[in-house]
Amino acid sequence: MTLADPARLASAAAAAPVVDAEEVARLAAERRERIARWLLPFAVFLALIGLWQWYVVAWEVPHYRLPGPVLVAETLARDFGTLSGSWWTTLRVTLMALALAVLGGAGLAILFTQSRWIELSLFPYMVVLQVTPIIAIAPLIFIYIDSHIARVLFIAWIVAFFPILSNTAIGLKSSDHNLRDLMAIYRASRWQRLRYLQLPAALPYFLGGLRIAGGLALIGAVVAEFTMGSGGQAAGLAFRILESSYRMQIPRMFSALILIVLTGIAIYLLISALSWLLLHKWHESALKRET
Amino acid sequence: MAARLSAPAAAPAAGAARPLLLALEHVDKLFGRDVVALRDMTLEVRPGDFVSLLGPSGCGKSTALRLIAGLIQPTRGRVRWEDAQARETLGVVFQEPTLMPWATVSENVWLPLRLRGVSRRAALPQIEEALTTVGLLRFRHAYPRELSGGMKMRVSIARALVTRPRLILMDEPFAALDEITRFKLNNDLLEMRAKLGCTVIFVTHSVFESVFLSDRIVIMAARPGRVIRELGVSEPYPRSEAFRTSTDYVDHCRAASEALAQAMEGTAHDG
Ligand SMILES: Nc1ncnc2c1ncn2[C@@H]1O[C@H](COP(=O)(O)OP(=O)(O)OP(=O)(O)O)[C@@H](O)[C@H]1O
Ligand SMILES: [Mg+2]
Repeated sequence: MTLADPARLASAAAAAPVVDAEEVARLAAERRERIARWLLPFAVFLALIGLWQWYVVAWEVPHYRLPGPVLVAETLARDFGTLSGSWWTTLRVTLMALALAVLGGAGLAILFTQSRWIELSLFPYMVVLQVTPIIAIAPLIFIYIDSHIARVLFIAWIVAFFPILSNTAIGLKSSDHNLRDLMAIYRASRWQRLRYLQLPAALPYFLGGLRIAGGLALIGAVVAEFTMGSGGQAAGLAFRILESSYRMQIPRMFSALILIVLTGIAIYLLISALSWLLLHKWHESALKRET
Repeated sequence: MAARLSAPAAAPAAGAARPLLLALEHVDKLFGRDVVALRDMTLEVRPGDFVSLLGPSGCGKSTALRLIAGLIQPTRGRVRWEDAQARETLGVVFQEPTLMPWATVSENVWLPLRLRGVSRRAALPQIEEALTTVGLLRFRHAYPRELSGGMKMRVSIARALVTRPRLILMDEPFAALDEITRFKLNNDLLEMRAKLGCTVIFVTHSVFESVFLSDRIVIMAARPGRVIRELGVSEPYPRSEAFRTSTDYVDHCRAASEALAQAMEGTAHDG
C-alpha cells in the first residue's frame, strides 16, 4: 500500500547498504540504558551496604542497636535452618492467600459482569471489606474463626483480593463497544462473549491487579502472623521477628526481615515475568515501542 | 452457506422486477423522548445493489445500519427481511477496524465462524479464501498492531466476508484512511463485490466515494434524520480508475453535491 515501487526500493537497498549513523547511535543508547537498568540499582545497593558497614564500624554502634550487614549475613547463614522453616511457612500462607485472592477477586468480578443486580448489591460491601483496618477486626476474627490456618488466610485474603477484583471488573467492562456490537450481530452467547471478548480484554487489567496483590498477600501474611501468633504451628517469619525483638536478637530480626523483602521482590519479578509472557505479543504495556 | 450468489443479475433499470432483499418501511427511530434520529425512512434493497447512504453528520446513517443489523429496534415502522440467508450471514464493517488486538489476523477472521461453533480446522478454507480476497494471506499470523491502517481495514473486511455474506453493511469504513489508500480500497472493494456478487449498503459522507462506488445514492438530512432523495449512478460495473476522471463522474458528483447542499439548507433553518 505504498506509492513507491517495491522492487526498485529493494534493489536500491541492496546496492547501498546504508549505515545510518543516527540509527547506530540510537542502538548504542538503547544498549546503555538496558545495562544501566540493572547496574545502577545494584551499584546503589552496594554503596548502601558499604555505607551501613562503615557507619556501624566507625561509630562503634552496638549490635543490639544496629547490626552491620556482615553480622546480619553471618546470622542468616547460621540460623538458616530455623529461618528457612519459618520462611516456608510465611511463603505458603502468602501463596495460598494470593491464589484465593485470584479466585475470589476474578470470580466476583466475572459474577458482577454477569449480573448488574449482584454487582449493585455486593460491591459496596467489597469496598467496606477493603477500607476496614484489618488490625482492628483481628480480635474478632480470632474469636469467630477456630482454625489457625483459616484465620491467617482470611486476613491475608482480605488484604490482597481487592485490587484483583476492582481491576478485573474494570477490565471486563473495558472491551471495545464495536466489538461488543459485533458479538451481538454474530449472536454470541453470554459465555462466548465472556470467553472471546471480555476475558482477553480484561487480562492486562487482571495482571496489573495481580502485581499489586502479590505484594499485599505477603503483607497480609505478615500482619496475620503478627496478630494471630503461630497458633502452635510452625512459626512464620513475622513470628521470628517478634521473638527476636523480645530476646534482643537484633541481627536475627534483620535476617528475617531481609528474607521477607527478598520474597516480596521475587514475587514481584515472577508476576512481571508472567505478565510479559502473556502480553508481549499484543499489549501496549508490554511492547517495546520503536519510537 | 455454500450457495453463493452469482454476480448482480440484470441491469439496474430492470430493478423493479428483481425481488427484494430487505426493506425499511416507514421507520422512525427516537432516542429518549425527543432525539429523532430517523423519521419515516423507507428504503428498498435488492440483490446486487450497491446503495450508499450519504449525508451530513448526525443524519442517522449509522442508526439506519444499526437498525438493519438488528442492534436496535425501530420506534415505529419495521425492517422487513425477504432473504433469511442474507440475514443469517450478514457481514458488517465499522469505521474503525475493530480487531481483537490479542488475536492474530487469521484468528480475527475466524471469529464469526468460531461463534457458530466452527472449529479452526474446519474454518480454515474459508479464512484463507477471505484473506486471499483482501490480499493479506501472507499476514495471517501477524498481530493487528503490526499492520498499517489500510491493512487493518482489509482484515476487518475479510472478517465480514468469511461467512460468505449476501449483504454487507459498511459504516464509513475508509473515512479514517488517507486518500491514496482509500482510492485503492475503493477499487478493491468493487473488484471483490464483482467476484463475490454480494449486496452492499455503504455509509459515507464523501460525495466522490459514493458516486464512484454505488449504483444508488440515498441522500439524507439531519434533525430530524430523513431521506431527502435518491440518485442513480448509471455507469455500469466494472468501473475503472478512468471513471474518476470522466465527465459522467463529474456530472454525477455535481448532482449529488447539489442534493446534499439542499439537505444541509433544510437543516440550517432548523438549527
Ligand atoms: N444511542 C444513542 N442515544 C442517543 N442519541 C443517539 C444515539 N445514537 C445516535 N443518536 C443521535 O441520533 C442522531 C443520528 O445519529 P447517527 O449516529 O445515526 O448519525 P450519523 O449520520 O451516523 O452521523 P456521523 O456521520 O457523524 O456518523 C444524532 O443526533 C445522534 O446524536
Ligand atoms: Mg455514523
